[in-house]
Amino acid sequence: MSDVPSTPTAERAAQLPAQSPPVDPAETAAASGQTAAAGRLSWWRGDGGEGARRNLALIGVLLVLIVIGAVTRSDLYSNPDWVWDNVLSILKLASVVGVVTVGMTFVIIGGGIDLSVGAIVALAGVWCTTVATQSYGAGGMIFSALTVGLAVGLVNGLLISYGRLVPFIATLAMLVAARGLAAEISDKQTQVSDNSFINGLASNNLLGIPLLVYILAAVVAAGWVLLNRTTFGRRTVAVGGNPEAARLAGINVKRHTVLLYALSGLCCGIAAIMLTAQANSAQAAMANLYELDAIAAAIIGGTLLSGGRGTIIGSLLGVVIFATITNLFAINGLSTEAQNMVKGGIIVAAVLVQQVKFRSVTQFLGRNRLTTT
Amino acid sequence: MTEQRAQPEEAVVTDAPLVEAPADAVAGEVVLRLTDVVKTFPGVRALDGVQLEVRAGEVHCLLGQNGAGKSTLIKVLAGVHRPDSGLVEWRGEPATFANPQAAMRAGIATIYQELDLVEDLSVAENTFLGHEPRRFGFVRRGHMARRTRQILGRLGHAEIPPGRMVRALPAAGKQVVSMARALSHEARLIIMDEPSAVLAHDEVGNLFRIIRELTAQGIAVIYISHRLEEIREIGDRVTVLKDGRTTAANLPARDTPTRDLVSRMTGRTIEYVFPDRPAAEPGGEELLRVDGLTRAGEFADVSLSVRPGEIVGIAGLVGSGRSELLETIYGARRAEAGTVTMAGRTLRPGSVGAAVRAGMGMAPEERKSQALLLGEPIYRNVTLATFGRYARFGFTDTGRERAEADRIAESLELRPRDVRRPVRTLSGGNQQKVVVGRWLLGDTRLLLLDEPTRGVDVGARSELYQVIRALAARGVGVLLVSSEVPEVLGLADRVLVMREGRVVREAPAGELDENTVLDLVMAGSLMEGAPA
Repeated sequence: MSDVPSTPTAERAAQLPAQSPPVDPAETAAASGQTAAAGRLSWWRGDGGEGARRNLALIGVLLVLIVIGAVTRSDLYSNPDWVWDNVLSILKLASVVGVVTVGMTFVIIGGGIDLSVGAIVALAGVWCTTVATQSYGAGGMIFSALTVGLAVGLVNGLLISYGRLVPFIATLAMLVAARGLAAEISDKQTQVSDNSFINGLASNNLLGIPLLVYILAAVVAAGWVLLNRTTFGRRTVAVGGNPEAARLAGINVKRHTVLLYALSGLCCGIAAIMLTAQANSAQAAMANLYELDAIAAAIIGGTLLSGGRGTIIGSLLGVVIFATITNLFAINGLSTEAQNMVKGGIIVAAVLVQQVKFRSVTQFLGRNRLTTT
Repeated sequence: MTEQRAQPEEAVVTDAPLVEAPADAVAGEVVLRLTDVVKTFPGVRALDGVQLEVRAGEVHCLLGQNGAGKSTLIKVLAGVHRPDSGLVEWRGEPATFANPQAAMRAGIATIYQELDLVEDLSVAENTFLGHEPRRFGFVRRGHMARRTRQILGRLGHAEIPPGRMVRALPAAGKQVVSMARALSHEARLIIMDEPSAVLAHDEVGNLFRIIRELTAQGIAVIYISHRLEEIREIGDRVTVLKDGRTTAANLPARDTPTRDLVSRMTGRTIEYVFPDRPAAEPGGEELLRVDGLTRAGEFADVSLSVRPGEIVGIAGLVGSGRSELLETIYGARRAEAGTVTMAGRTLRPGSVGAAVRAGMGMAPEERKSQALLLGEPIYRNVTLATFGRYARFGFTDTGRERAEADRIAESLELRPRDVRRPVRTLSGGNQQKVVVGRWLLGDTRLLLLDEPTRGVDVGARSELYQVIRALAARGVGVLLVSSEVPEVLGLADRVLVMREGRVVREAPAGELDENTVLDLVMAGSLMEGAPA
């Protein structure tokens, strides 16, 4: 208890400048230099070592899976060319779901969920492969896929933000409706893509790496920058971590929520082009259950289902782990049924591990709450 | 109300005049006795030697200001907290309740302000929740309904159908179900925490009738209320708490003068150091002007103004509409009538963004749930409202953010100082500094503070007071809400007293004293000629 009427606090607070001076580049540089000296955290996460540690654990899991592959099929792994090809095929396998997962990660960090991603991919894929759209060439197809994805995402966001629907319900309805519309447009037929540029996205390589992998890398890089280095990303964490606090700090929570679902829709549009390229065609049943793959990958990657925490790198690792498991079963000639069971087990294990961590946090908060009663 | 209360037979004292019955007129056996009960939390001595004696068949009222320790005391009795030292005797034997279930089994039921009912279960299911009558693992629904009807009958509410969903009941009905649940546990003592706060005026009479029926059956009631007229009407004896201590025990509820009661609640033993007020009156153009602001059921026709550099305090109880008023001014709630004007510009109602752009900032009542991202670093919490200003082309500048947050942390003497630590590792007082510090960045001209020192330990309080005064000295207007009367009087230049959604008094802080304000806040009977 201080009994001095004028503590240093008062004096220092009184010395605060009346308002922040405008951004001065020189001062900014000095400031960042100062913080760098104070000890910069891992450059690839920016702040907080927790996400980085979790990602290291995921890389460990990935290594274990590779070792299992190498032990069970040592005959194949003895051939370096095969190993390289196999790595590329795993990445190619992961590319489409990976792009969807980036959008999903934003939505979940922002406190929502998007069950309609698979349906949006199908709708965008079908839309961009109609005879009419294909007549506009590759540009028209890409434009229509992206626009359809963005538009459906916007509808999701508007329903959730301004229609006050629960995200689960709104996107579940969209899942059903978008697939219905896709079936209507395609007349339940498989629409073959005649466009060599689109088809070439899946079959062509650049420097020995499939173009699809470049697209995945670009989307992941953009997602990482968006989440970690922009005001959009900061708002996403705030809106998902504590919507009321974000609102009372003057952040437009509703508008941001709309943008998050639009972003997810846009990612689905990109994925639709990639998937169409892979199959040289599109149909209403494509991208089936992608929503579950994307959610599972994000969760395994450390994204908190209740929002406010998650990393793009973690989600990418989640997708790659799933793809590696699929590959592992394929090279060993095992059934997809067994593979699905293993995937289910991995999801449960990942969430259990998270809960142990989370419980220690809530216990801490519980203790704190007592002190403030 | 003067009708004679039903008393247990042995309690009727024939030779004593009823009106001036001494406190001992309640002659039921002592069911509960607390001696020197102490409970400390880190940084706070919530209970610091509480004495309490409750007899069977009496209504024992607990009186005390916010922070006096009533809530902690209830939680000790309900088995939520265990006392550090002191003796709790329950029906003649020392008792400690390991958990709420144990307290309930022993016969102590607590009815909290927020009723803990399951809205989508029936009245009967709620009444017997957790101890449903069973046979071979199946709930005996018929039996349960019968016994519920019986209990409701005892409470004089046989008209409530046991099969009705609780959701469909009005607030008063839900309260009856809570009491039915207490009776289903054969409770000997029922603790009621401000039961009248959720009721309309005419429903309070019914509540009192039920309480009288309970006490007539020998059940003891601990009744907590801020409304003195209720205590006079329903209470038998009063125990007053202040700063976690019993300052008066077993006063007769009906005829202890109001002045005596109020004086025992006031005059804090812990004196906070409030910064000096500036000699000059804050002048200049009105910064904030609120005209006829109204939200049905929360507050009505509130008008006020704040000048630059002025601290305006609003005193009022929980439920007086003060927090709702603050949130409405800030745009977090949409006003139904009236206007909010900042520096001559009328703000769009229901838009926090508009308020923030006009230069308002708010530190809300619930720090953790309304203001902070607990898992995020301190600096990101400090810059939550301003990170966009430091960004260029949408790219955040964390280096600059940290430098700015560092500056704030330094000036507010934040401990620990490392702004990269998660905010959840800070104490309550330091968390509050983070929330206030958020608005020191940018060009905040009006700060709305809702209970700024709730859960803040003694040392940090004085620091916060200094910070608030220093802000005002810089020309920032402050609108402060607090349920601690001394805080409002000590810190504010001008004080508004709110009761039941209306401003009942406005005066410079120097013209008011604690007794006057407390009386206005609670009843408004003591002040003669006070504008109502």
